[in-house]
Amino acid sequence: MLYFLQQLINGLTLGMMYGLIAIGYSMVYGIIGMINFAHGEIYMIGAFISIIAFLLLGVLGVTWIPLALLLVLLIAMAFTAAYGWTVERLAYRPLRGSFRLAPLISAIGMSIFLQNYVQLLQGANVKAVPPIITGGWILAEQDGFAVRISNVQIMIILLTLVLMAIFSWIIANTPLGRAQRACEQDLKMAALCGVNVDRTISLTFVMGAALAAVAGLMATLYYGVVDFFIGFLAGIKAFTAAVLGGIGSIPGAMLGGLLLGLVEAFWSGYFTTEYKDVAAFSILVIVLIFLPTGLLGKPEIEKV
Amino acid sequence: MLEVQDVHTHYGHIEALKGVTLEVRRGEIVTIIGANGAGKTTLLMTICGDPRASAGRIRLDGEDITHLPTWEIVRRGVAHAPEGRRIFPRMTVLENLKMGATVNGEQWFEEDVEQVFALFPRLKERLHQRGGTLSGGEQQMLAIGRALMARPRLLLLDEPSLGLAPNLVQQIFRAIVEINRSRGLTILLVEQNAFQALRIAHRGYVLATGEVVLQGTGRELLANPEVRAAYLEGGH
Ligand SMILES: Nc1ncnc2c1ncn2[C@@H]1O[C@H](COP(=O)(O)OP(=O)(O)OP(=O)(O)O)[C@@H](O)[C@H]1O
Ligand SMILES: [Mg+2]
Repeated sequence: MLYFLQQLINGLTLGMMYGLIAIGYSMVYGIIGMINFAHGEIYMIGAFISIIAFLLLGVLGVTWIPLALLLVLLIAMAFTAAYGWTVERLAYRPLRGSFRLAPLISAIGMSIFLQNYVQLLQGANVKAVPPIITGGWILAEQDGFAVRISNVQIMIILLTLVLMAIFSWIIANTPLGRAQRACEQDLKMAALCGVNVDRTISLTFVMGAALAAVAGLMATLYYGVVDFFIGFLAGIKAFTAAVLGGIGSIPGAMLGGLLLGLVEAFWSGYFTTEYKDVAAFSILVIVLIFLPTGLLGKPEIEKV
Repeated sequence: MLEVQDVHTHYGHIEALKGVTLEVRRGEIVTIIGANGAGKTTLLMTICGDPRASAGRIRLDGEDITHLPTWEIVRRGVAHAPEGRRIFPRMTVLENLKMGATVNGEQWFEEDVEQVFALFPRLKERLHQRGGTLSGGEQQMLAIGRALMARPRLLLLDEPSLGLAPNLVQQIFRAIVEINRSRGLTILLVEQNAFQALRIAHRGYVLATGEVVLQGTGRELLANPEVRAAYLEGGH
């Protein structure tokens, strides 16, 4: 039971990060029907920018952890968002209205480019970050087994919940959110209502990238190591999460992320860590075959 | 107010408009009638810049809008209740109306929404229902209401009576006349229901395979034997 609880905590932590990345896939897919394969790299860039920001703040003498964290969070979100915006602007927008596969191929190219770009700038070796948030809590103890939750895990879970609340509110209540939903439901009609479609799509990439940056920061703090290749696996897993939840659906992306995190944690906890990635990808295949619209995906049977 | 000059529009290699010229003056209801596939919808969409005219000029109050992006054209005061109604299916009636008011930042929302309700009281009862679950007639009312929320200078209506029961058709046509008379709103109306459309229109154009083949006042066209033979047979 305690062991189960421990896996649950680990799985939730992991799932929150997957969910944050998955939202970017889902929103972009919802609006322009394209899978942004470079999104995993955006997450990786978010992690690198976090490290650089920590180093800079250290040099500048900002050592009070809460302030440093907040600043790093903002810096990572802002700069990573700029990358997201640029990628859309350079690699996808010129291809809009072109054949369907073109932006997909461009996305794969962008993904490879960003990996190499970071590898060239930062080197290929693994960057280690000293633990910044330390400590934790023992929730329960029995027969020498303790259920622990670290402060990093608490931070990850709380921060994700807060961001999700803000984000959902924006989508549901602001003109920008309404314009995004309009674009998602009928792009041409949105333009006919006077929505600046290009700008809305840009902002969607910006928002997705900012959330991925937060996941990148979390991964930096949680694992303590980062390299130029982390975006690949995280990207595919978050994509799996988005498909599992129903691509295009934002609550679905979060739910898919959580489920995937839990599956991975329980798989590692009860079977073997070696095949945890296989478990994740098996889910992708199974969902694609048996439940292509995902858990919260919309069935396409509305009269329009 | 609107001048369309020798406009050509292509879908790939298909030429859907082959040099259409027409004009809509301030305060007019102008109707475009024509058989299926004549290019009526294409013409209204081309005015909105999607698809883009491959040749020719489109001017709105003298300004060349041929190459502006769709939303820029819309922001200059062209509102469109398009073919198929295109209600946002997973938004409520209220949100759909707010989308219509995007161009003016919803600054007159309360006032304008009351006017829409006065025209279509049914919408008020359905305010929090999702667009996708409205009946066809309710969707049509919403499409027109959404377009009106923009406070347009020029209203484009694409077959607003399509698929509606006769009494609803009457209601929609009455609403169109009412909007035109009371607010002086200029309307370009595409209709299959040629008889009704010509009766309320000041002027009309007959479109056939991408070309204007006839034009005149509503009355002239109603009396024209060719029009009667082709579009009004068994009408009324
Ligand atoms: N997206 C498109 N791609 C290719 N061809 C198209 C497209 N839309 C319309 N067409 C063609 O252009 C021509 C004009 O179509 P349009 O929809 O403008 O006709 P319409 O007059 O509105 O007809 P209806 O009364 O049936 O609505 C048709 O031959 C149609 O097949
Ligand atoms: Mg049509």
